Amino acid sequence: MTEKQSTGETVLRYFAWLRERTGLSEERLILPADILTVNDLLLWQSRRGHPFDQAFAKPEAIRVAIDHSHAKPAAEIGSAREIAFFPPVTGG
Amino acid sequence: MAVRVSEADFDVSEEMARLTGDDTGIGGVSIFVGKVRGEAGAEKLVSMTLEHYPGMTEAELERIEAEAHRRFNLSASLIIHRVGEFKPGDNIVLVITCSPHRGDAFGATAFLMDYLKTCAPFWKKETLVSGTTRWVEARESDDEAAAAWVSIGK
Repeated sequence: MTEKQSTGETVLRYFAWLRERTGLSEERLILPADILTVNDLLLWQSRRGHPFDQAFAKPEAIRVAIDHSHAKPAAEIGSAREIAFFPPVTGG
Repeated sequence: MAVRVSEADFDVSEEMARLTGDDTGIGGVSIFVGKVRGEAGAEKLVSMTLEHYPGMTEAELERIEAEAHRRFNLSASLIIHRVGEFKPGDNIVLVITCSPHRGDAFGATAFLMDYLKTCAPFWKKETLVSGTTRWVEARESDDEAAAAWVSIGK
C-alpha cells in the first residue's frame, strides 16, 4: 500500500466483456492528474485508442467500482488504489 | 451471518442444519435456491460460466447481509454463491434466513436475492447449442425489484 501511494500507481481491473474487449484482466499505471471523477476516467478510457476506444464506446453501459465499492459517474477518484470496470451485474 | 463464494456445490439440508444449530429461538427458516435454466430465450443452453470480482464480491454480500439484519429480525443467515462453469439444472445460489416468525425470514430472503442481483459483482456468460456465446444482460425488472425496497424502507 505504501509503495503504491508513493509511486501514485493505480490498479485498473476489467471484468466480463470489458476484460475480453480490452484483452486485460488488470493493469497498473499512473493516471493523468486531471482525472478527478469516474466520468473523467471513462472519457479518458474512450480516448486511449485501440482497443479501449471500442471497449469504452458506450460508457452508460459500464459500471465502476472504487476500492471494492460501487461508484457513481460523479464520484471522485481521490486516492483510489484499485478501480474496476464491468457491465451491470447478472448474478443470482 | 455468513457468506461464501465457491466453485463447489452445496447441500441444502446440511447447510440448514449447520445454520440453525441448537437455536430453539428460531421459528421459521426460509430457503431460496437459484438454478441454471436450460433455455435462454428461444435457444437451448449448453453451459453457463459465472465470473466474479474476488474481494468486492465478498464485501458486497456482507454489506447486503448486514442490511438484511438491520431491516428484519433475523436469528441467522447464509448466502452461498457459486462461480465457474455450470450445466442446466446446476445450483447457482443459496440463501437461507432464520427468524423467530416467518414474515422476517420470507422478507429477508426476497430482499437478499433482489439486492444480490443488482449489487453483487457476478457476471453470467451463456454457451448455446448453436455454438454462440454471449454475456447475459442485466434486467431492468431486477433493478426495479431492488429499488422497491428503498421506498418500503424500515
